[in-house]
Amino acid sequence: MKYDTVIGLEVHSQLLTKSKMYCRCSTDYVNDPPNTHVCPVCLGMPGVLPTINQQAVEYTIMTGLALNCTIPTFTKFDRKNYPYPDLMKGYQISQYDLPFCIDGWVEIEINGNKKKCEITRVHLEEDVAKLVHRTDSSGETYSLMDVNRAGMPLMEIVGEPDLSSPEEARLYMMKLHGILRYLGVSTGNMEEGSFRCDANISQRSAEDGTTFPKVEVKNMNSFKAVYSALKYEEERQREVIESGGQLVQETRGWLDDEGITVSQRSKEYAHDYRYFPEPDLPPLTISSERAEAIRASIPELADAKKDRFMVKYSLTEYDAELLVNSREFADYYESCVELAFGEQIAEGRAKVVANWMLGEHLRLLNDAGIEITESKITPQQFVEMLDMIDQGTLSTTLAKQVFEEVFTTGKKPATIVEEKGLKQISGTDEIEPIVDQVLQENPKVVAEFKGGKEKALQFLVGQVMKKTRGQAKPDLVNKLFKEKLQ
Amino acid sequence: MKLTDEEVKRIALLARLGISEDEVAKFRGQLSDILENFEILQEVDTSEVQPTSQVTGLRNVVKDDDVIPSLTQGEIMANAPQEEDGFFRIRAVL
Repeated sequence: MKYDTVIGLEVHSQLLTKSKMYCRCSTDYVNDPPNTHVCPVCLGMPGVLPTINQQAVEYTIMTGLALNCTIPTFTKFDRKNYPYPDLMKGYQISQYDLPFCIDGWVEIEINGNKKKCEITRVHLEEDVAKLVHRTDSSGETYSLMDVNRAGMPLMEIVGEPDLSSPEEARLYMMKLHGILRYLGVSTGNMEEGSFRCDANISQRSAEDGTTFPKVEVKNMNSFKAVYSALKYEEERQREVIESGGQLVQETRGWLDDEGITVSQRSKEYAHDYRYFPEPDLPPLTISSERAEAIRASIPELADAKKDRFMVKYSLTEYDAELLVNSREFADYYESCVELAFGEQIAEGRAKVVANWMLGEHLRLLNDAGIEITESKITPQQFVEMLDMIDQGTLSTTLAKQVFEEVFTTGKKPATIVEEKGLKQISGTDEIEPIVDQVLQENPKVVAEFKGGKEKALQFLVGQVMKKTRGQAKPDLVNKLFKEKLQ
Repeated sequence: MKLTDEEVKRIALLARLGISEDEVAKFRGQLSDILENFEILQEVDTSEVQPTSQVTGLRNVVKDDDVIPSLTQGEIMANAPQEEDGFFRIRAVL
């Protein structure tokens, strides 16, 4: 039998607020000792009163608008009840039937085709405490709890089960990640769990439409893990069906090291959340004026930026796509282009900047494992270097050396060229004696060239480059040789 | 409304309470009585009343996104039955 895979993702992202969702504890806890960003509210003490973080609301609505959602004028919070040690109050303040954002969509591109993926809703809730599992010397296992993460603003983006392959799921996840990073509402850090997803995946017969039980997959900490876990699960489910086995509706955890999913909770543990309206938080009204004001504050997103780059800077779609990968990278590129050319963009010049950005600069960034914002090369230095190439004072080959040196030291390109003596030799007076010397030293090669072996010239040019440590201007050397050998 | 044994067991499971068969019977009676008491409220005519989850009439109560100091780790741990390396130590959960 042939099967279609049906996948829906629930994506969670912590929001980049300064304080937690319902209290004023700092959200900047990642490198701090356990239980140092905690107060009676996020510790779930009796008698405390939570209050809604205004900034988290703005970020959620902004995200919803960027995902083409409708923003209802009335919204409220609800209690989701379940007992688990990481949930301090025994309930999570979430949203049930009236979320901030509904009915949106996002577009992904798969194999050159655009596909619209529906977004059911975007709502706001709070993160839970972190558990660490340990074993003592007697072999007894126990758990340790750090409450710093509890009460972090957590935004959930619920997608329709529109995705039909693990690759689509990965692309969808990356798309959301890009949008959230562009909006500046999330760090997008998957390793730290500030951006994560749960996936529902099931099989449907392509022949008669029969549907099979769905499985919820958790614990995928990278885009690659999302793909691999769903690929594994797709194959596992098809094998179970084909071999006449019974699939059960369950939650399975992805074990990245082993490359498998394992059952986490049997069916009878299915939750009964007993949602009810949160009595501690009065509802919110969102006027259309307010929603529009938030819409106006949305920055240009990657897709729009890509289209603009292609037109304004005459870039290929491939280059433009890479340049807009992050907002910071795109901004850096534009600063360079503007510094280099002002308002007047000469034909092909923006492409040169793009080549250096996507070539040398990106390679150095990747090798060092850092972001563009951490690069020691400023846009000014970047442009200074390109100017030196244009003016003929620096060869392209040597420019790469200088580039790397600026990247490592942050020194001015001119200083490095000076210090290392890398200035290109472009004067005939300086090069001619060296050319003559090479001709004298290599009579055999000269004879070969005169005998019709064109390639011999390359050897001679190479000798000059060697003697000048790569500083001679190659086309000038070529010209001199040709003149002298005629 | 009379609860069934299965419903009582499910409620116990959701509350993570282990109860014996005797207790199932005992709590089935007690919980059913509580529900029956509440059922008396069904006699009130509410056809003209809007569903109400808030009675204060408040709207749009929010806080600015600024930080105030948290409690110290020592204060947080003051009432903890078991502590280890600044964490709450609890029974194993997986």
